[in-house]
Amino acid sequence: MTALDTAVDMSTALGAAPIPSPVLTASGCSANGAELEPFVDLTAIGAVVTKSVQLWPRSGRPTPRMAETPSGMLNSIGLQGPGIDGLLADDLPWLADRGVRAFVSIAGTRVEDFAALAERLRGVPGVLGLEVNISCPNVESRGEVFACDPVAASDVVSAVRAVADPAQPVYAKLSPDVTDIVGVARAVSAAGADGLSMINTLLGLVIDPDTMRPVLGGVTGGLSGPAIRPVALRCVWQVHQAMPEVPILGMGGIRSGLDALQFVLAGASAVSVGTAVFNDPSAVARVHDELAVALAERGFASLRDAVGYAHR
Amino acid sequence: MTSLTSPAARAAHPPVQRVVEVSGRRPVGAYVELTLAAPEIAERTEPGQFVAFAVGGPTSAHLLRRSIAIAGAADGAVTVMVAPHGPGSTWLAGLQVGDTVDVVGPLGRPYPMPSDGTPAVLVGGGYGAAALRGLAARLRAAGSPVIAICGAASADRLSSVDELGELAEVIVTTDDGSAGRQGRVTDAMAELLTSRAPGQVGVVYACGPMAMLRAVAEAATTAGLPSYVAVEESMACGVGVCMTCVLPVVGEDGRTRFSRSCTDGPVFGGDRVRFADVGTLPWDVVGADAMGVVAP
Ligand SMILES: Cc1cc2nc3c(=O)[nH]c(=O)nc-3n(C[C@H](O)[C@H](O)[C@H](O)COP(=O)(O)O)c2cc1C
Ligand code: FES
Repeated sequence: MTALDTAVDMSTALGAAPIPSPVLTASGCSANGAELEPFVDLTAIGAVVTKSVQLWPRSGRPTPRMAETPSGMLNSIGLQGPGIDGLLADDLPWLADRGVRAFVSIAGTRVEDFAALAERLRGVPGVLGLEVNISCPNVESRGEVFACDPVAASDVVSAVRAVADPAQPVYAKLSPDVTDIVGVARAVSAAGADGLSMINTLLGLVIDPDTMRPVLGGVTGGLSGPAIRPVALRCVWQVHQAMPEVPILGMGGIRSGLDALQFVLAGASAVSVGTAVFNDPSAVARVHDELAVALAERGFASLRDAVGYAHR
Repeated sequence: MTSLTSPAARAAHPPVQRVVEVSGRRPVGAYVELTLAAPEIAERTEPGQFVAFAVGGPTSAHLLRRSIAIAGAADGAVTVMVAPHGPGSTWLAGLQVGDTVDVVGPLGRPYPMPSDGTPAVLVGGGYGAAALRGLAARLRAAGSPVIAICGAASADRLSSVDELGELAEVIVTTDDGSAGRQGRVTDAMAELLTSRAPGQVGVVYACGPMAMLRAVAEAATTAGLPSYVAVEESMACGVGVCMTCVLPVVGEDGRTRFSRSCTDGPVFGGDRVRFADVGTLPWDVVGADAMGVVAP
């Protein structure tokens, strides 16, 4: 910890769960944490947001899964992962043994899947809370993404909140690919979300001019990185303006402390660093330090004082 | 399927991330050989491992790391062979002595060593041959006779022929005949395997483009020889967090998984990589059922 870190109170919370740092990993961008151990003190960061887990192991999509784009990338991983049994057997105990906080991202294709996952995660040591990745196709609605339909999104969130451990805050992760993000935010908050994670990736496409076909095996993919930062920031701004009392975990293109500061000023009480970790595996710790310096330089005694400050 | 190989074991040391200075730069044919003053990486490196570079400086619009095999690690320095093709590798190739670059390494699993004295054939395609230098030295130190086959499209795309020549008997092939024998490394390898008495080759190692690795692995497997290949799959992070670099690989339990080239590889048993299925989602990959792919 540097002198400046201690000068600014960086503590914050996810819902009612306190965390010592406002900077977290982003789901799907730091695997389940262990790979970052050589680069970051995982116990000092806000939390490891684990890769979205489903009920069963998933292979993910065929390669190519990635295309670099200006200041960002397109990915179509397809939620590769060990399934909840693997997460409970291996990854969460690894994190808990080291005292690393886990914010567990859950995903599914029907409302019951999400609820079953929340049930399995009740009382699991080290699990700080749940992030509900509703940017998944709903098999019961011809594959429409839950996050794009306020009713379907609310159904998932209320089912999860009903069975989740009461000590675990439930954050709904919103998609920017909607016409009215405030409408979705209101719906999931009313359904019991303790906070909102925003934003997930934007749907994009890259075509290879040589093969004259889409680059990605999954055809379309999710756009992330600094290229989407203004979109993400606008979403955080709009939702905080409409519902200043709802906690926001902000993300989308954060690479530096000053990027994180913008999200805090727009209304985020914590942030996730995603794609920037691919560029710099120590980014999460670095963004924390840079944010602390930036807050101190602007005369803030605590992070909390800066949340939403741009709306004054 | 009984396998000729065991999955490569993890490296002994975790990687480090450092901003290091370029201490040497040497154009070699179509490539640029960069030497980096990186003692903490050099002392941890084992043959087969790679480093991942951030390109373009701290405000670069190219966010993804560029992974390059380590050609040499000695005296506090790490050497890599850069083949400029896209914007990232072109930026790296343009680095000058005294410039700094952010590098993470050593990464990935090293080549497994055979029992001492096992005769080995090393096959390097293009700049991939550079990645075999450390391995050749280690094999020789363990008493293995080494034959290296270096191949490329043309003479300017060969690499490390001289360095390998100090450690091994070297056979050179080029597609256009501009150096060595005209033809492919696999032709030379097939000839070698048939001309030598059984037992004169005990293990095959390879590094190079996927099509070459596939041909080498298949030839070795057909001959009943274990082979270890270091793959070049595109990697966004190099450290295991992005899941972009996966290949269908058969594990010790006989089941196929989408395995990360960066942390489960880059070295895989040549008979374990399902080369023909790269870029597809075969039904028998663990978790394919959850993607809606069903057994035929
Ligand atoms: C390779 C990759 C995989 C991702 N996987 C997930 C995931 O499993 N679950 C999820 O909710 N978001 C996932 N995301 C989205 C990120 O968590 C984040 O919301 C988004 O990338 C924007 O932040 P960034 O620009 O900092 O990456 C993924 C993003 C990337 C680039
Ligand atoms: S390159 Fe990111 S997981 Fe392998």
